[in-house]
Amino acid sequence: MSILVDESTRLLVQGITGREGQFHTQQMLHYGTTVVAGATPGRGGGELAGVPIFDTVKDAVAATHPNASIVFVPANVGGADPIYEATDHGIPLVVCISEGIPVLDMVRCFHYLRLNGTRLIGPNCPGLISPGKAKVGIMAGHIHRPGSIGIVSRSGTLTYEIVNELTNRGYGQSTAIGIGGDPIIGTSFVDVLALFKDDLQTEAIVLIGEIGGTDEQQAASYIEREVRKPVVAFIAGRTAPPGRRMGHAGAIISGGTGTAAEKMAALRAAGVHVAETPAEVGDLIESLGVSRATSPPASS
Amino acid sequence: MNLHEYQGKEILRSYQIPVPRGEVATTPGEARAIAERYGATVVVKAQVLTGGRGKAGGVKLARTPAEAEAAAERILGMDIKGHLVRKVLVTEAAEITQELYLGAVIDRAGRAVTMMTSPAGGIDIEEVAAKTPERIYRVAVNPFLGLLDYQTRELGFELGLDGRQVREFTRIAQGLYRAFAESDASLVEINPLAIGRDGGLVALDAKVVLDDNGLFRHVQLDARRDLEAENPAERQARELGLSYVKLDGTIGCLVNGAGLAMATMDVVKLSGGEPANFLDIGGGARADRVAAALRIILADQNVRAVLVNIFGGITRCDEVARGIVTALQEMPTGVPFVVRLVGVNEAEGREILSQANLITATTMREAAEKVVDAARRQATLAGARRGAA
Repeated sequence: MSILVDESTRLLVQGITGREGQFHTQQMLHYGTTVVAGATPGRGGGELAGVPIFDTVKDAVAATHPNASIVFVPANVGGADPIYEATDHGIPLVVCISEGIPVLDMVRCFHYLRLNGTRLIGPNCPGLISPGKAKVGIMAGHIHRPGSIGIVSRSGTLTYEIVNELTNRGYGQSTAIGIGGDPIIGTSFVDVLALFKDDLQTEAIVLIGEIGGTDEQQAASYIEREVRKPVVAFIAGRTAPPGRRMGHAGAIISGGTGTAAEKMAALRAAGVHVAETPAEVGDLIESLGVSRATSPPASS
Repeated sequence: MNLHEYQGKEILRSYQIPVPRGEVATTPGEARAIAERYGATVVVKAQVLTGGRGKAGGVKLARTPAEAEAAAERILGMDIKGHLVRKVLVTEAAEITQELYLGAVIDRAGRAVTMMTSPAGGIDIEEVAAKTPERIYRVAVNPFLGLLDYQTRELGFELGLDGRQVREFTRIAQGLYRAFAESDASLVEINPLAIGRDGGLVALDAKVVLDDNGLFRHVQLDARRDLEAENPAERQARELGLSYVKLDGTIGCLVNGAGLAMATMDVVKLSGGEPANFLDIGGGARADRVAAALRIILADQNVRAVLVNIFGGITRCDEVARGIVTALQEMPTGVPFVVRLVGVNEAEGREILSQANLITATTMREAAEKVVDAARRQATLAGARRGAA
């Protein structure tokens, strides 16, 4: 199995003609993702690497029937508009890579999408990959391999670091998903845990959190109540000073809450194995006796 | 982006929220002149972007213009938690009977704007939340409907206000919510919202934090950024599009990605060192950006060693390597470098660095241990040099 994306994913790329959109469309095609269409206003009728481009999502949907979309439109150009465009035309899964959407726009967007039943991953996220099946994101495909560990993270490169650690030790991933570093995101840890707990391919879950907010604490209480699979966690930002934003818009300790220490304590209390360093995530997974990957690494 | 009290109060005023008159002074003479013009008792308040001004002696009552001048004399130039006071707000003193709290915040868990109020005003709301959480009343604002009048009435009556005061409170709360929404704030706080002798409500302080992601559509607010209050290195980094936060340690960190940058600092600490900074060069950084980032790190006199930790993806290891070499050619330094490059174009990156005589590492832990060790040796060297001199 795996979650959210696989061989049946038919992807639309919004903002396909921008620098990032072009580059990552080619990378995703190279990985084997089925990219059915691109959308950029004013560029309809063209194509990129064999992918037809439409002026609007409406036209792209009518012609190519995508079931997922990835958004590269810069936030200061489109804000949340591309997300609304995708959901209004019935696309059930929207992955927003763009960084910098104002938080009040995301408040409205979150509630609008909930009314429409659309699932949003991000914004400000690296996307997700089900190794060997589909890559809907900007991560390097070649460090992943198919396997039994589900990964969910608020970070980008830190996730690659931990994926690499696991792959090097012979552990593959069912799906690795970056949910984004903003204060308001479409899909939370709890939402992803609910999918991993029922996914047959996933034997163990790695949760990578950071300072700011209480999403990890909510994950801890959900795990305690609902998740019978082993969970390993790493929380970044133990040395972060309070009141300062650490790169991600959402990575800030405010009013004394959102510290790494309280998140680690909540997760430990819920029976989660909490690693001190990224490398220790690998040690803990080994100690749990999770199945190693049987298939070879996917081509880049 | 944080605003000063006087800037926050200007915003509140523009939404018809009652604020006592006040003006900014940068010299004791100006403070005296303002007090003379008002002909009333004034409060002289340090304008710094940090809390706890009162406890630090940065807020003083002055009954006469001479007292206002003396108060400004003492407060200007004061250091409050590392913030130098360059301006004071001279504002008319109000006779008050009670202090309330009113604020709007982003509730991350509820994905909504929440209005919060408390009869325990005048102290940090975090303190109230910790000690007497039952004295905080909240309503969540529907993002499509905005703040509804009945919600503000509920809050007003919970505060124990009378009918007339509740009407005034509703007007203030609606103004505050509009100020929040229309300026893309992440926090607007009136603490205290005071009840005067006449029973009327007045905002005696204002704390406004703006969402950095919203600033692109609020050019006039962005222009009000207090550049002097910003750490110069952090300001330079922001202008270059780098995320940099200065810390007190000795180990400079240059990393791609915010999560990995935080994790790198944590591993440095676990290995016995103290990070000198958080620095995320962002995705896809080219050589010139890396070089600029290194210049900022090396300008910090506390830095004894530098750790470069790159997981190449969009960011290519060879670009980072070229940036390091460029920076070292431009500003030769005795500070040792430990470099760990993994991922896209890692071999090319290592090749470029091989001529540069740097310490290399393959894992994060190894890199952190090597950089802590290098920093210790530098400190010993510096100590020996001082001893010899």
